[in-house]
Amino acid sequence: MMAQYASILFSMVLVNNFVLVRFLGICPFLGVSKKLDSAAGMGAAVTLVIVLAIAVTWPIQQLLVAWGLEYLQTIAFILVIATLVQLLEMAIKRFIPPLYESLGVYLPLITTNCAVLGAAILTIDEGYTYPQALVAGLGAGLGFLLAMVIFSGVRKRVEDAEPPECFRGMPITLISAAITAIAFMGFSGVIDHLFGV
Amino acid sequence: MADELAAKQSGWEIFSKGLLTENPSLRQMLGLCPTLAVTTAVTNGLGMGVATTFVLVCSGLAVSLLRKAIPNSVRIPALITIIASFVTLVMMLVKAYLPALDDALGIYLPLIVVNCIVLGRAEMFASKNPPGAAILDGLGMGLGFTVSLVLMSAVRELLGAGTLLGVKIMPSFIEPMLIMVTPAGGFAVLGVLIAASVWLEQRRLRKLGLPLGGSPENPCDGCALACGLDDPADPACARDAFVEKVEAALGERDA
Repeated sequence: MMAQYASILFSMVLVNNFVLVRFLGICPFLGVSKKLDSAAGMGAAVTLVIVLAIAVTWPIQQLLVAWGLEYLQTIAFILVIATLVQLLEMAIKRFIPPLYESLGVYLPLITTNCAVLGAAILTIDEGYTYPQALVAGLGAGLGFLLAMVIFSGVRKRVEDAEPPECFRGMPITLISAAITAIAFMGFSGVIDHLFGV
Repeated sequence: MADELAAKQSGWEIFSKGLLTENPSLRQMLGLCPTLAVTTAVTNGLGMGVATTFVLVCSGLAVSLLRKAIPNSVRIPALITIIASFVTLVMMLVKAYLPALDDALGIYLPLIVVNCIVLGRAEMFASKNPPGAAILDGLGMGLGFTVSLVLMSAVRELLGAGTLLGVKIMPSFIEPMLIMVTPAGGFAVLGVLIAASVWLEQRRLRKLGLPLGGSPENPCDGCALACGLDDPADPACARDAFVEKVEAALGERDA
């Protein structure tokens, strides 16, 4: 039982890393990963929102299925996520001002982050149970956080390098992302052997 | 942005800017998730491009028609709902008529909802312009997106599998480079393609002796380098070095 949860968690973090393998959440990955603290802040905010979003969208999917309204999944999910992010922003601002200082600025950007909607739809497609879905969401968020933090370190080095003129900025960032992605390819296959699932 | 001037732009200008100068994925760096994720084969890239174009055109038209009816306070949720409706429509059509494409695109089909290009055009263009212009803008942006997806997937399919549209092209003694169809290959090919488009633009400007675009107050807006940093103070910004080079070249020519 525990092995199964651990397998879901680690395969989401390492093998099926949301950013480097599934290409979800590329915009914040390339946009906000310049500094370590903003990369970590964004990663933490996305993790929080993904877990909360799955906590809400999974039961909603059961309702949609019960009423035969599965085709409304996309509309229902995106509206729920947009509302949730808005409410979360208000709640954090009201009750935990210090957290708002560090995470608040990233929240409005998260509504249209495909990692959140992607995680919500993915857990449904995979047929996870409610606790499995929550663990998968946590793994997706942590994987995003890990990729952001590692990549902010890589970018610091890239900034000091002098690539050919036309490669400056975005192109060289993408090439370094490719190399980071190759590193993550090394994890495929590891998880299944490790947990024997 | 030039969108406020749309009333003065001709239809062709509105249509063509999405193809080249404001190409969504290669110049504006928008919608990179699908650009990277589905471009392992030309058919997938083409399917994604056409599906996104359909959503862009339909949502652009709907948003433009409703632009006076939508109150400003709920504009974003209203736009998202409109876009999500058309995405659902596309999903139903693809599932019914092209089940193989539906399998290949997977969750990236519903994720058109959160594609920044679609919401961006609805918010920045369609909600401020008449329906005709909105349709042209959607078509241009969609076509530009489709072209870059097809280009990207052609490179990856050719190098990664040795085929184009499933037909064997590469001679059999050249081993396919499997890395091209993996995620790492996606990042690398996109990086090289963007670099190529920047190089072409730089060469064009250098030939004409034109400045890089943008204004002193907002140097990144319309800057031909399109590095995506949006911060001229960033040490990685290549603008100053490039301006210096162009000016040196011009000085040499004049002397």
